[in-house]
Amino acid sequence: MEIASLGDSALVVRISNNFAETKEPSVRDVLAALRAIEAASIPGVTECTPAYGSVAVFFDPAKLPQHRESGEDPFASLVQRIRAALMRSVRTRAAGRRSRLHEVAVCYDSEFGLDTGAVAQHAGLSITEVVRRHAAAEYHVQCVGFMPGFPYLSGLPRELSMPRRSTPRTEVPAGSVAIGGAQTGIYPAACPGGWNVIGRTAMRLFHPTANPPARFCAGDRVRFVQISRAKFDRAAA
Amino acid sequence: MRISVEAAGLLTTVQDLGRVGSRQHGVSLGGALDPHALTIANVIVGNEPGAAGLEMTFGNTRLKFADERLVAWCGGDFHVEAAGFEIPYGHVAILSAGDELRFIAPAAGGRAWLAVSGGVDVPVVLGSRATDLRGRFGGLDGRPLRDGDVLPLREQMTNSSKFAARLTPARAPDWSAPSEWASTKPRHPFLRVVRGADWWRFDRTATINLLQELFSVTTDSDRMGVRLAGSRIVRQDNEELLSEAVPPGTVQIPPNGQPIVLLGDCQTIGGYPKIAHVITIDLPAAAQLSPGDVVRFAEVSLSEAQTLLIERERELVWFRAGVGLKFA
Repeated sequence: MEIASLGDSALVVRISNNFAETKEPSVRDVLAALRAIEAASIPGVTECTPAYGSVAVFFDPAKLPQHRESGEDPFASLVQRIRAALMRSVRTRAAGRRSRLHEVAVCYDSEFGLDTGAVAQHAGLSITEVVRRHAAAEYHVQCVGFMPGFPYLSGLPRELSMPRRSTPRTEVPAGSVAIGGAQTGIYPAACPGGWNVIGRTAMRLFHPTANPPARFCAGDRVRFVQISRAKFDRAAA
Repeated sequence: MRISVEAAGLLTTVQDLGRVGSRQHGVSLGGALDPHALTIANVIVGNEPGAAGLEMTFGNTRLKFADERLVAWCGGDFHVEAAGFEIPYGHVAILSAGDELRFIAPAAGGRAWLAVSGGVDVPVVLGSRATDLRGRFGGLDGRPLRDGDVLPLREQMTNSSKFAARLTPARAPDWSAPSEWASTKPRHPFLRVVRGADWWRFDRTATINLLQELFSVTTDSDRMGVRLAGSRIVRQDNEELLSEAVPPGTVQIPPNGQPIVLLGDCQTIGGYPKIAHVITIDLPAAAQLSPGDVVRFAEVSLSEAQTLLIERERELVWFRAGVGLKFA
């Protein structure tokens, strides 16, 4: 575990994984750390949020506990409290709740799969095989970020990974299912983006007045189900 | 109980202090790009610091008031007038029903924050009234104001009405907010930064360039970030980075080597290396940077950055107490 500053009012806790063979820490470890830091209710901490293998802690330096006598600056005492909270979490980490599974209906037709051809060529596979493998895997939501409701999904079959486009599109259509490096994700709304688009879903992923506003949260599992254009049109109507 | 938008100007949005607690859903902090300026404007009209006000970009905004209100503004070097008198930054003024408040294009800086006693009344979405332009929610229908819009106002608190009764329309009170808080036109050409987690990924030439060279603000800057052009800052490693949280103030270096200073509407997480972070008390200066402006960075220590912020917050507590006495 490593703690690095993100300026004067935030820091990032990078969760190392000493318990498994995989280099990348699991989303379970990240969520366990997130819950442990939140449970510590450290005064001055305003928000904690998970990302890939890390938890960010946002705080108000003016409201952190002061230790003027000991000569300790507020940042050092915050780091100490976070470390203490994480030590406790190591003992309680098994108590994670069972994750939800979402099925996302995706139309992989060429009209929506703007970059499926490029992904197929890069992978040395047929387009049909790219779609089959993408829809056969089970994914984990590592975090939701970049834009409201956008899920970063791990679990992409290694052969489908593909670098982001060198020139991002000025507008990726809403609902686009895309591959960026070793991750896959879904654009909840139209926006500029550099990921390789391979299909589209009609599922609404973000609703600002719903509770919670995002359909997915870190730790959830996702499967893609291939649907026809006709079925997509009915779902989108 | 309302404001009519006679002229909206280039980009005017309803903003408060932003959405805290929704980053886990991918929602930006947002809010006023200079939360301190909006806080000060709110305090001097008798509002809570987080009341919703307006953020204006480059002025040319005209607002007509339907009832008597206290107003105050902070921000860049704007000329602001109403009913034939000038309202300087950081001064509370009283507007009568039918008065028109005008923000003329600024001589320097680009943004100003207006507080109105009572505050702007739009629905609270995810704990805030701020306009999220990318998510298209919050504020007035999730969009910038347009000519002809009508903005409902909340009822002003009794302290504001009592204070207003003691002020004559053409005269400002004999006190104002400290000018270094109320006027945030760039007064020094540098932004203070602390080292970021990826500082070490850049060699000495790159970090010296970052701290010594001048960078100019490009036209594709917006509420998400100030994009800079200048000496190319090149990474010495090519390790694929995991996306991590990026708070406002982060100076990230994309592959083209041209720094971006993230502002309030920045995405919640990002994968570009974080070479440095603009310190919180210099975010007001960052929020004023306009295309063509020139900026340079200066390094301070993390404890210095936090001490400066803690001191400012302590002074703010005293200032609020002092204003509270004026309104008593």
